[in-house]
Amino acid sequence: MTGDPRAISMTVNGREVTLTVEPRVSLADALRQDLGLTGTHVGCEHGVCGSCTVLVDGTAVRSCLLFAVQAEGTAVETVEGLARGSALHPLQEAFRRHHALQCGFCTPGVLMTLVELLRADPCPTEAAVRDALSGNLCRCTGYQPIVAAALDAATVLAAEAAP
Amino acid sequence: MTATVMTATLGTRVPRIEDPALLRGAGRFVDDLRLPGTLHAAFVRSPYAHARVLGIDTADARALPGVAAVLTAADLTPLLTDLRLPIAFPEGQLPPEVMPFALVRDEALHVGEPVVIVVASSRRVAEDAAERVVVEYEPLPAVTDPRAALDAGAERACSTADGNLFKRFRVAFGEVDAAFAGAHAVVAERFRLHRGGGSPMETRGVVARHCSESGELTVWSSTQMPHELRHTLAERLSLPEDRVRVVTPDVGGGFGTKYLVYPEEVAVAAAARALDATVKWIEDRQEHFVSAIQERDQHWSVEMALDGDGRLLAVRGTLVHDQGAYAPHSVNVPFNSATSLPGPYALPAYDMDVAVVRTNLVPVIPVRGAGYPQGCFVMERLMDRAAERLGLDRAEIRRRNLIRPDQMPYPTPMRTRAGAPIAYDSGDYPACQAMGLEAIGYDGFGARQAAARAAGRHIGLGIAHAVKGTGRGPFESGLVRVMPDGRVSVYTGALAMGQGLKTALAQIAADTLGVPVERVDVIAGDTGFVSLGHGGYASRQTVTAGSSVLMAARAVREKALAVASGLLEAAAADLVIRDGMVEVDGVPGMAVPLARIAGMLRGLPGYAFPDGVSAGLEAVEHARFDQLAYANAFHACEVEVDVETGGVRILRYVAVTDCGRRINPLIVDGQVTGGIVHGIGNALLEEFRHDEQGQPLTTTFADYLLPTAHDAPPIELLYRESPSPLNPLGVKGAGEVGVIPVTAAVVSAVEDALAPFGARFAEAPLSPVRILETLLQTGLRTGPRNGEGGTP
Amino acid sequence: MKAPPFDYHRPASLDEALGLLAGQPDARILAGGQSLVPMLNMRLAAPATLIDINRVDGLDRIEEGADRVTLGAMVRQRALEASPVVRRRLPLLAEAVAQIGHPVTRNRGTVGGSLCHLDPAAEIPAAALALDARLVAASARGTRRLAMEEFALGMMTTGLEPDEMLVAVELAAWPEGHGAGFAEFARRPGDFAMASAAALVALDGAGRVDAVRLVLGAVAATPLRVTEAEAMLMGRTPDTTLIAEAAALAGPCVTLEDPQAPLWYRARLATAMAKRALTAAVGRADRKRVAA
Repeated sequence: MTGDPRAISMTVNGREVTLTVEPRVSLADALRQDLGLTGTHVGCEHGVCGSCTVLVDGTAVRSCLLFAVQAEGTAVETVEGLARGSALHPLQEAFRRHHALQCGFCTPGVLMTLVELLRADPCPTEAAVRDALSGNLCRCTGYQPIVAAALDAATVLAAEAAP
Repeated sequence: MTATVMTATLGTRVPRIEDPALLRGAGRFVDDLRLPGTLHAAFVRSPYAHARVLGIDTADARALPGVAAVLTAADLTPLLTDLRLPIAFPEGQLPPEVMPFALVRDEALHVGEPVVIVVASSRRVAEDAAERVVVEYEPLPAVTDPRAALDAGAERACSTADGNLFKRFRVAFGEVDAAFAGAHAVVAERFRLHRGGGSPMETRGVVARHCSESGELTVWSSTQMPHELRHTLAERLSLPEDRVRVVTPDVGGGFGTKYLVYPEEVAVAAAARALDATVKWIEDRQEHFVSAIQERDQHWSVEMALDGDGRLLAVRGTLVHDQGAYAPHSVNVPFNSATSLPGPYALPAYDMDVAVVRTNLVPVIPVRGAGYPQGCFVMERLMDRAAERLGLDRAEIRRRNLIRPDQMPYPTPMRTRAGAPIAYDSGDYPACQAMGLEAIGYDGFGARQAAARAAGRHIGLGIAHAVKGTGRGPFESGLVRVMPDGRVSVYTGALAMGQGLKTALAQIAADTLGVPVERVDVIAGDTGFVSLGHGGYASRQTVTAGSSVLMAARAVREKALAVASGLLEAAAADLVIRDGMVEVDGVPGMAVPLARIAGMLRGLPGYAFPDGVSAGLEAVEHARFDQLAYANAFHACEVEVDVETGGVRILRYVAVTDCGRRINPLIVDGQVTGGIVHGIGNALLEEFRHDEQGQPLTTTFADYLLPTAHDAPPIELLYRESPSPLNPLGVKGAGEVGVIPVTAAVVSAVEDALAPFGARFAEAPLSPVRILETLLQTGLRTGPRNGEGGTP
Repeated sequence: MKAPPFDYHRPASLDEALGLLAGQPDARILAGGQSLVPMLNMRLAAPATLIDINRVDGLDRIEEGADRVTLGAMVRQRALEASPVVRRRLPLLAEAVAQIGHPVTRNRGTVGGSLCHLDPAAEIPAAALALDARLVAASARGTRRLAMEEFALGMMTTGLEPDEMLVAVELAAWPEGHGAGFAEFARRPGDFAMASAAALVALDGAGRVDAVRLVLGAVAATPLRVTEAEAMLMGRTPDTTLIAEAAALAGPCVTLEDPQAPLWYRARLATAMAKRALTAAVGRADRKRVAA
């Protein structure tokens, strides 16, 4: 019958998972509803707000525009995988220092977008940060503290990476 | 062990207690609740702006596997005391018919109004089933222009209403006609503000769980008003209030959008009760665009009279307010607009005639700013006009008319809807203006502008003031309890939706009780813990809940000291509380933990409470507020306009804010910055559009344009602190004052940039096409025409 | 906003994909999904079958030839931005692609998806027309090449047959030293353009225009070449005045309008964007070195 569920496997935050989903189920819904990873938020379901951004094989994607079946065999990273055990990731720490989140709804998508940016460009300019962020809507912060946090986190991460 | 830092956190940039969970993705928003056996709802909504419902066929939908129920208004009627939602304002202001139904009974009044609720095993199946519901409509003429709606013989937005006027009223004082008769100069203008919204990143959502065993209905809702929701659901579902509990989980932004009991909340709760099940409805973004409240849309026609020195004599005019299909909060938005117009200026006479008009559009209640941005826009634009007419500098004409600090407290001749005088409590408006002008480099701007123009660039500077009544009462609840483990719990009917309320209240409790902020838990918006509450709106919560928590924490402190005094055999006056320990000041080791006192006050056999001390190391307060605390702001910005495209770029933005004492400057920065960027949306981007049949044209985030990281300029924040004398913390609300002057300041700057073309703007948002259209109309004499490129 | 049910196929090879396409009357190709999936979520499209070509082998290559660069249909927009070959041989495309949506949507969005969706405002089709694109269409019946004029038939309508799939696009690489410029205006950076212009200019040893292309996007149902402007520029020295005169020919080409961008406004934008694109292209072009 049209759209019968199928079993798929993928790695999520380093853990191998298998789930059975209809092809029409978005990766966002599968993460949230089937895997209980509710940190990834759904804000528009048409690919504009960026709240649902996750990394698939290291690349930031809108998980509302990717069907879960398409992620079969990939490595998915979500906001839940960001912290280092009990310690926050430097980006998360910087967000707290700079008050780069208010309601926190867009925050997971913003964080994952910036994780991709900082991996590819460890010392981004403010313009590069704003360009990366331009696909993530935030209604609370006015973006300025997010930009400051990203630049601050880049400095911290660079210091960590230095020998 | 390192010495514990004393907890004097008030006024410091304490990182928020809300953050760690939210940053880890461990927040709990309403859609994150995964209760066993949850059913999922979807709504069939009216595709017409105005239509009669002739019949509904649900058979195909009910036949779909996985569907639990398909309910129409007829199905809900026996489940509710009244299908119509109750009024939530004092009786007599407007009749009950201004409220919507839980589901459309026989006449849909706007596109998106819910007609049928479908409950199924998943949202996907619910949407599949909703597509199979057949509703037969008779389309009726739609009313979309509130001005035309007032014409004799205009079509009616609601066929059972007498006309399209919800209400007409005047805000007036002073001798207006005499002032105009004797005026040296009169400036007049028509203004138009278009529809804009709150647009929280989290849409609305509700989960209702009914348990027939206990008779309890538990509702989790992304709402700004949990106690009102509980009251409404208890009343409409005929349940005792104590059988209904409304819990507010993490709320992903509100901005006014969620300060309403919505039809969907009643329908979902009724379905849960009928099915004796758990039903979840999460609004999707397209539903949000057609059913979540909107604001801003107003038409003003106003004139201002001045004397030869540029001093205000009077303002008069008319305001036609598009209220949309219903008036669930009475006329508060247009009332705010009309009464906020005088703003920071000493205005001797005023007469505003306000028509609140029903249209077949989404209903209006306050969005961040609550009608003030419109009043501010009109007044500030008129000040610019007056400056030009009289040949005065824009800042100078304002300075001459600002209420002086020695006039504070300043009673205006106006009264609130509750009848209290509108009186500004404190502030120094001229000083704020001076600070802002210096920061933006006002004096040197003329030279910068001339140099830019010589280089073919069109830059401009705009300024605007705002005054905002904050801390609306009549009260908010605050309960402070020291738990037996020594942690402190704060409960309040105030509502946390991202502002940092929990951190602010934790700071107040922590400082008062001598415990670290990290040891305070704040539970906001759960009707299971406090019986009364108003929720989050009107920049009110730090004032009202903050004061209640302060007073409750002080009472708890007194209690703790009284008990410790007996235990330590020391006078209460000699005791201090440090890091959760009550100590005899200066006598190390003479101490008792708050935890132990809390344990004793739970009641221990063999321990008698000291005289006058009641059970429990806790206290509840409902600090009462009849007067508003008025925050103010002065904004200045610099823009560049591309005269080939009409595009506007904001180069710099300076905001001077006076919201009294700041509990946590980090959080206040966040409130102001967010408000400014929301205002930039209102000034340049955000507009809900519809066609003449009332069909919405902006139902995606690709059409309704929120500011992005590219649109947000560098923002410089400056503060003055004029403590409010009206509350023990000296605070004023900071949530809205940031948004109010932005539209006025940005439009003023655009106009300044295009002054050589003689362009005038009296509308917002200013889209590029509107800017270019104006340039072509006014600049035709001075520039080349269409197709010739170059400068108009 | 949940997509309606569909059958899902994920072929590993082109032959498998074409076989599926031939046998499914109501099938849609799923490439990057940045336009199709929103339409599915809004239930504006409800195909019975989706054929996901994300894992079809060999569709994501960038191949540099002597006169042309061939881009596989599944080359991601982000990969184009990062490609040294594209930056060196197709600077126009590199500049255009950076203005599509946002980095995260470009991570998924593909060359072929943008061409087949054929939104009038899209950047890649406009650049493709300027670069004399040859579109490689494959079906179980064989392979054929279409010029942009044969491919872009009308508003979001391609010349592909129902059983055909776009597998690659071959773009003309202009000689070293040419100048390229791509300018667009949108309400916010990343939004759909209200007008765009793509310009390519080559100069002779005397600084006169030796070759030129001017294409407009978002002004008509499909991208539009402004041949009159090209003719005006040919053989002449492109100073500010000449560029403005040539760009002014863009305005009258506009036929697309909507309440947000009426004809008169879009015409002014088209002229302004043409001027900016030409100015950039001329500024970046080197004079051809005269052989000694």
